[in-house]
Amino acid sequence: MRVAESVNAALHDALGDDPALYLLGEDVLDPYGGAFKVTRGLSTRFPGQVLTTPLSESGIVGVAAGLALAGDRAIVEIMFSDFVTLAFDQIVNFAAKSVSMYGRPVPMPMVVRCPTGGGRGYGPTHSQSLQKHLVGVPGLALYEMSPFDDHRDLFATMLGREEPCVLFEDKILYTRQMFTGGTIDGLFRYDRVGEITRVGVGVGVGDPTGCDVALIAPGGMVHRALAAMRSLLLEQEISCLLLVPRRLYPFDGDAVRDLLGGVRAVVVAEDGSGGGTWGAEVAHQLHQRMWGQLRRPVTLVHAADSVVPSAAHLEHAVLVQDTDLRQALEETFLG
Amino acid sequence: MTLSVSASGHAVREDLLTDDAGLLLVIRHFESKLLDLFDRGLLNGTTHTCLGQEHVPVALAPLLTEADFVFSNHRGHGHYLALRRDPAGLLAEITGREGAVCGGVGGSQHLLNGRYLSTGVQGQSLPVAVGTALHLARSEPGAVAVAFVGDGTWGEGSVYEALNMACLWRLPLLVVTENNGIAQSTPTSMELAGTIAGRAAAFGAAHHLTGTADVAGLRAEAAPLLAAVRAGAGPHVLEVDVHRLGPHSKGDDTRPAEELRRAAEHDWYAPLAAARPDLDERARRFVDDIAEEVLSRPLSGWRP
Ligand SMILES: Cc1ncc(C[n+]2csc(CCOP(=O)(O)OP(=O)(O)O)c2C)c(N)n1
Repeated sequence: MRVAESVNAALHDALGDDPALYLLGEDVLDPYGGAFKVTRGLSTRFPGQVLTTPLSESGIVGVAAGLALAGDRAIVEIMFSDFVTLAFDQIVNFAAKSVSMYGRPVPMPMVVRCPTGGGRGYGPTHSQSLQKHLVGVPGLALYEMSPFDDHRDLFATMLGREEPCVLFEDKILYTRQMFTGGTIDGLFRYDRVGEITRVGVGVGVGDPTGCDVALIAPGGMVHRALAAMRSLLLEQEISCLLLVPRRLYPFDGDAVRDLLGGVRAVVVAEDGSGGGTWGAEVAHQLHQRMWGQLRRPVTLVHAADSVVPSAAHLEHAVLVQDTDLRQALEETFLG
Repeated sequence: MTLSVSASGHAVREDLLTDDAGLLLVIRHFESKLLDLFDRGLLNGTTHTCLGQEHVPVALAPLLTEADFVFSNHRGHGHYLALRRDPAGLLAEITGREGAVCGGVGGSQHLLNGRYLSTGVQGQSLPVAVGTALHLARSEPGAVAVAFVGDGTWGEGSVYEALNMACLWRLPLLVVTENNGIAQSTPTSMELAGTIAGRAAAFGAAHHLTGTADVAGLRAEAAPLLAAVRAGAGPHVLEVDVHRLGPHSKGDDTRPAEELRRAAEHDWYAPLAAARPDLDERARRFVDDIAEEVLSRPLSGWRP
């Protein structure tokens, strides 16, 4: 099953299970089914719960918050995550504030879905990874889709938090296959511990914490991470443990530390542009917990401090590639 | 509705909060008290009083029920007092004392009490009001969402995104615009092209303009609008021309004296106080007592 089909099936289940759940977004109705086809079939099956909206990102996030305030639940699709900046006020100053600024918790079960990232040549305003701009907002949780996740459980978890969540969905993943059964290929296996998927040679069979180096990366980075890990293992016999946290913020430093075991070299990678990154927050949390154990500070890998160009060769140069990951892992391990 | 009993032993007069004239006077004295407390250094932060605009919420309050969502703004004390009749809770909120409606976290412009909610970002509440109206239309037909906004707030894009959706989906939304001719320091003529009526018409929202400061008259004009919204006629805009008698917040009025004098000519207070001096005096004492009692309370407790 492709990742887009998995998310689509999860949305079908979520709307079917909960008549008070709404899905709103631009062009989400059948037969179009959303710009990335993730909402396909939903409006046909749940016509009362799926609303196509005007081009009003701020407005529709506000409507979702109003539904949540009134006791319903809502999922909003922002066509391209780049446009979530238009809804910044509703997310940061209304939905996230409401869960705490009235002196008592106000449930605000809503999810803002954000198709994210580059690699498709859409250019500077349709290719960004804006996660870092929403990191550190009190009352706001950030998640990222991965090809490992049980997406049904993911939506239930986000809505169950009763505070606004933003879900980043790397567009590149939509057409990739879901991983199933704990096996990736002849080399790597994966399992999930809480909100974190771990991938490596020993996962599920031996001791995954015995790896030489660890890579922490969100779901959108998984295939590039696997390619880097593979070449590192086959060509240099360096074993890497990959941790994919589905909740990016609040980041659970304790859970990650526990999964890292005795690993002494750590890399954090993400697709956002350099400067003020999510990885810097992760590194800080790990430094606080593992400073004495780490051989050197956590290495940050991110896209260039640049816009994302449209032409394929230029975009390639700006975004994180598997070769960048491999180089960072190698250098961090070898010191 | 429970009322605090004043510390100094003055009996709390419920009729002050149930009678239109009493409520008007309580709001007026409440707002004046806030400015006074500020001058004496007893209040923290900021506040926006509704001096001169009290009659709008007083007129609308009996037309609304607990099932209706009400969205207020920065200038919301009158809205809150008319709709929730909780002066002690509001003053405790503004002064960060025990018994504060929102623990002292929200302060003057961030209140939540049942389905009454205020926020401090202009225009932000309108899309949220549309979301609640969508819920009401589907799940609680007959109830409405009411949003209070000033004339200056019609500069915000959110207002139009919200009106568009509300009209497209024919939702039970009443936008009450208290047009006081000014936004902070800027006259409406310098920030609003065209008219609010024209803007409402562009979306197909019904619009009603009135300038009456008479509570019963305003209520009589608003009642059929609310009835229509409740019955499914779609969004309505009620625009009430009012006069802001006080500063935008505190001590920040740059209007010339002549203009302030003209605004004061429209004030309902002097004639009412002259006609009902006893009631005025009771309202003043009521507010004095509440202030004394609330300010003697311990500070509010809250943990992030
Ligand atoms: C988005 C936003 N911009 C600016 C402000 C600062 N501000 C608070 S009230 C106000 C004027 C509002 O004018 P109007 O809507 O006419 O209401 P009035 O104050 O006259 O009641 C401004 C600029 C704000 N709170 N929110």
